[in-house]
Amino acid sequence: MEWLDAIIQGILLGGLYALFATGLSLIFGVMRLVNIAHGDLIVLAAFLGLAMVNGTGVHPLLSLIVTVPVMAAIGYALQRGILNLTLGRDILPPLLVTFGLSIIIQNVLLEVFSADTQRLKAGALETASIAIGDQIAIGWFPLIVFLAALGVIAGLQLMLFRTRLGMAFRATSDDHRTAGLMGIDNRHVFALAMALALGVVALAGTFMAIRTNFSPAIGPARLLYAFEAVIIGGLGSLWGTLAGGVILGVAQAIGAKFHPGGQILAGHVAFLIVLVLRPNGLFPRTRDR
Amino acid sequence: MSAGPEAVLETQGLTASYGDFQALFGIDLHVRRGETVAIIGANGAGKSTFLRSVVGQLPSAREQVSFEGEPIGHLPAHEIVRRGIALVPEGRLLFPSLSVEENLRMGAYGRRAGPWGIGRVHELFPVLAERRATPGTALSGGEQQMCAIGRALMSNPVLLLCDELSLGLAPVIIRQIYAVLPTIVAEGTTVVVVEQDINQALAVADRVYCFQEGRVSLQGRPEDVSREDVTRAYFGV
Ligand SMILES: Nc1ncnc2c1ncn2[C@@H]1O[C@H](COP(=O)(O)OP(=O)(O)O)[C@@H](O)[C@H]1O
Ligand SMILES: [Mg+2]
Repeated sequence: MEWLDAIIQGILLGGLYALFATGLSLIFGVMRLVNIAHGDLIVLAAFLGLAMVNGTGVHPLLSLIVTVPVMAAIGYALQRGILNLTLGRDILPPLLVTFGLSIIIQNVLLEVFSADTQRLKAGALETASIAIGDQIAIGWFPLIVFLAALGVIAGLQLMLFRTRLGMAFRATSDDHRTAGLMGIDNRHVFALAMALALGVVALAGTFMAIRTNFSPAIGPARLLYAFEAVIIGGLGSLWGTLAGGVILGVAQAIGAKFHPGGQILAGHVAFLIVLVLRPNGLFPRTRDR
Repeated sequence: MSAGPEAVLETQGLTASYGDFQALFGIDLHVRRGETVAIIGANGAGKSTFLRSVVGQLPSAREQVSFEGEPIGHLPAHEIVRRGIALVPEGRLLFPSLSVEENLRMGAYGRRAGPWGIGRVHELFPVLAERRATPGTALSGGEQQMCAIGRALMSNPVLLLCDELSLGLAPVIIRQIYAVLPTIVAEGTTVVVVEQDINQALAVADRVYCFQEGRVSLQGRPEDVSREDVTRAYFGV
């Protein structure tokens, strides 16, 4: 029962990791851009939520009404104003620019909010749980996070395969020059993809801030989790990214059972095992052309 | 020869380069409304480069290309297609992640009003209806070419540019594909076909241009140019 509980908690934690990773997965899928600043953008969203909550006293979940569109707008502007200029045959410029962006975000956050550890308080929601039998309790908040991850990925999947914009994303991902011949402005499509990705980042950042302590410096570690989830799941597959998040979460929960410090290590070990056994991840969709 | 007011497409001194390598040296060419014009020339003559410049995939100066009397040389590809120029690119370039039907619908992304829609395209190429759910790249070469033509028609172009429709296809398939040109022309579409196959080009064209090393080496009506002229203009001997 104790193990079952650990696995359930791991799956739910995996939902948060999947949310960390979804934006990374989406923009890699659409424009082959690896965004080194992704983790710092998650932390930026957490601080935006913090500023909202401290400033207005609203519940953190309610602050999403503002932070999601604000982060999406930042994403659009960032892509249109900077990142589009770095995309080309050479893969180095986008890596360098997003690396620089990562450092800038960390320093600005440090300047504005100091290095102190912060937390978003969500009141009763933090501890409320559903008891299943005597030994297993499912927390409402982790459950909400997991369901949100499911909803976000199902929604994005529908968007990708059932809408005109989704078709434009897929066509642009295949061949953006030929997509231009169809009347698609790839700079706009890329910016929309980044807007969607950072909208999800706002969700991920806020959930993270309710669940754990955060400070300006923790972005790179979130980036690592996100990377691992994306790679485990297979590049270009959003359901794979969810599976990758869940595998990381379960591995961490099981690792924690063995040793209190084993949690983080177990996640990385699971990642390495998958990488060795299935170098392309579990559900790869992206083929190199 | 002046193009006159009825010119749909006109290029004046069009130049194009890939980095340091200049591929076009001042192309003067015009296409009148309703005409079918063929561009022939040896491999590497600059035919594809010319089409890429016209559709905005390669940059050119504003005044070097005009369409329906307006300069478009400076516009990017996605704006040019909305004005009414569609390209069937060399090598078809279907989207591999998209089904046949999605490839066609993609062609309608920058759609203008007009006769062409999924139904009409399926009438033209029934095989595209049968195989609508297959990935575009799982089609045979000939079927891919049909899909690429259908995709271009979906935008209801004023001017349809076709780059080497016959490339790599069996003669019987080439005949099938060229057999639909009259239907497309009958809708009032102006057509430019680029071909290495001289006979195919001369058979369908009202006028023909021959390119040689980035320059126009011959132009005229098929019935006015002799076999020797064409051979000389094509091979440069
Ligand atoms: N992407 C490219 N980069 C550099 N040179 C190119 C490129 N595409 C074509 N060229 C060169 O430009 C010239 C014209 O090519 P192209 O327009 O493809 O000829 P054609 O279509 O008549 O066979 C050739 O010398 C070719 O090598
Ligand atoms: Mg060519």
